[in-house]
Amino acid sequence: MSRSRNFITRRAALKTGASAAALGALGAPMIAHHALGQSAFNWKRFAGQKIDVLLVKNPRSDLMQAAEKAFTELTGIKVESEQVPEQQQRQKAMIEFTSGKPSFDVAHLSMHVQKRLSEKGKWMDDLRPLVADPTMTNPQFDFSDYGKAGLNFCTAADGKLNAIPTFVDYWILYYNKELFEQKGVAYPKTMDEIFTAAQKLNDPAKGIAGFVSRGLKNANVPVWTSWLLGQGMETVSSDGKLLTDTPEAVWAAEIYKKLNRDVAPNGTVGFNWNECQTTFGQGRAAMWLDGIGFATPLEDPTKSRIVGKVGYGVVPAGPKAQHSAIFGDGLGIATASRNKGPAWFYVQFITNKANQLNILKNGAGSPARNSAFANQDVVRESKFGKQWFDTVLASAQIGRPGLPVIIPVTEFRDIFGVALTNMISGADPKTELTRATAAFKPVLEKSEQG
Amino acid sequence: MPPASEVTAGRVVRSSSHAASRPPVHDFSRKYGWFILPALIVIAAVIVFPWLFTLWMSVHDWNVTGDHRFVALENYRRLVSDERFLSSVVRTFWFTALAVIIPIVLGLWAALVFHRHFPWRGILRTVFVMPMMATPVAIALVWTMMFHPQLGVLNYLLSLVGIPPFAWVYSPDTVIPTLVMVEVWHWTPLVMLILLGGLAGLPTDPYDSALIDGASRWQMFRYITWPLILPYVMIAVVIRTIDSLKVFDTIAVISQGGPGTASETLNYFLYLQAFQFYNIGYA
Repeated sequence: MSRSRNFITRRAALKTGASAAALGALGAPMIAHHALGQSAFNWKRFAGQKIDVLLVKNPRSDLMQAAEKAFTELTGIKVESEQVPEQQQRQKAMIEFTSGKPSFDVAHLSMHVQKRLSEKGKWMDDLRPLVADPTMTNPQFDFSDYGKAGLNFCTAADGKLNAIPTFVDYWILYYNKELFEQKGVAYPKTMDEIFTAAQKLNDPAKGIAGFVSRGLKNANVPVWTSWLLGQGMETVSSDGKLLTDTPEAVWAAEIYKKLNRDVAPNGTVGFNWNECQTTFGQGRAAMWLDGIGFATPLEDPTKSRIVGKVGYGVVPAGPKAQHSAIFGDGLGIATASRNKGPAWFYVQFITNKANQLNILKNGAGSPARNSAFANQDVVRESKFGKQWFDTVLASAQIGRPGLPVIIPVTEFRDIFGVALTNMISGADPKTELTRATAAFKPVLEKSEQG
Repeated sequence: MPPASEVTAGRVVRSSSHAASRPPVHDFSRKYGWFILPALIVIAAVIVFPWLFTLWMSVHDWNVTGDHRFVALENYRRLVSDERFLSSVVRTFWFTALAVIIPIVLGLWAALVFHRHFPWRGILRTVFVMPMMATPVAIALVWTMMFHPQLGVLNYLLSLVGIPPFAWVYSPDTVIPTLVMVEVWHWTPLVMLILLGGLAGLPTDPYDSALIDGASRWQMFRYITWPLILPYVMIAVVIRTIDSLKVFDTIAVISQGGPGTASETLNYFLYLQAFQFYNIGYA
């Protein structure tokens, strides 16, 4: 009897066949539409050509390089790409773009640093005509899927689309749930409450700091600008005036000073993100303000002692506003490139929905496409937990640039970074900001001349 | 008797009686002088031209992002009034002084120890020179981890003997001595090797005489070893001074010139100007 159940009867086979036919008939238009979308677009148009790509060394670039094989199989375009460490890549891009004959067709740009520079130097080609051209852009590319934060970084003041966003980094507040529970402290709702909570959580006798963030010159500036965004203000106004010595900027610097001086670990003046990550990951700090991308090491038991105890929160509100400082990368095509067609095919393929989702799946950061976060399977399977996804989506709603859109961003970070480290050592915020503003003003003015 | 020949200005001049009977001497410098042309071209290309080009850039306001314009000596005027530059010069000399004197003293002491015969001397010498074989960037990364004020092994070791944690490179007050400590660890073996070579070549007679005369160990070192080894010490000082003045990698990796500008030496200052701020003319 049990044996007979394993045999397929003629009636069952007919029923199954009929069902399959019905399903096929229902699904056919969808499949046909999908196939039409694929077949109508000629991916082989530039087969046999070759492009060079300049990338920054990071896990996202690893994924891009891993996708090159599929791209070449689809298009017949050969890709030569290289990953260069961030600082050196920026120098290489600067020198080669300025020479007028870059050795690459596609370049990764850190738009939070290179946006204004690339616009003024006319480094990148305007991608709008390519996006609008149905013969050049796959209908499934879905440009409307890109979030506003990433697109703002890649769009110039005159509307030119200089790059396709690949990654947006939102600054969030990491917190140690266990330490919060032990002390009965609630997640802070305002920036002032961060300090109050940090004071309660600070326990030097046990080697636990209430708060940790970057103190190292240059790296520390986004921490200060994050607090300044709470005043609804950035460091440079839309008409290019420095707002760095305003009362709001001084208020933000005072917050920075007391958090990094009164409730931070010893030596925070020399901390970059890696020291902060180690300190927080070893359970030695209750809160940490930094980019969203650190969930991967914090949830990795080989690198962290607080796996499963990490809380992810949106940056609390300041006196006038609530914003998350954002930073973004993009892929663009060099104006001087002679292979713009194949270069665009590469850019649209490497930034398609599947490849952007892959970034999220692999814990390589937060992609620029909204659809990646809407994928419930990824949310369910992720080791980061729902709170991380909720924090990303909420931060995206309140994202605002964490660095000014100016040419001398690095010099800005250096001069104000030194001022901030001096504050940690005890200097007066107002005096330091006044001095730094006076030092940076001529640099900014000169940068827009010529 | 007058000499048959004499050397004048590097060339052999024969007396007239011999000159008549012997074939004339060829002036090879005229015939083959152009052989030095390739060397001259290389020197001009890799030494003279960069120097002249650097001087030319220095009198221009030259930023990679924009055009360059002639500014005469404006960059030099700005340099002498730039507090950050002046501080970096002072800091460089301070760093160099420490990074030369300490390895010389320790290297001399190590050389004197390893010059003596004792069991396991060969193995211990090898162990002592091992830091020198390490890549500066790699060792800088390792030291960075060890310096971590909360989680670094150095503060852990201090805690075992009841000493409170030290700030190492995470304080403006201690960053330079700490960076010097890395340099000392890395390059004292080089000084030891140079001086050990010098000690190995010293004659034994003066020491035998000194022993017969009843000289103490200190007297033998002060009046025999030290004067004889001094040329080798000077070689070590020159090499260490050059190396210390050009240190960049250790500082760039460990402290990045910080905290603030507390470890910003001249090289790091120039690096920032040229490759971070792109002020090529000023740099």
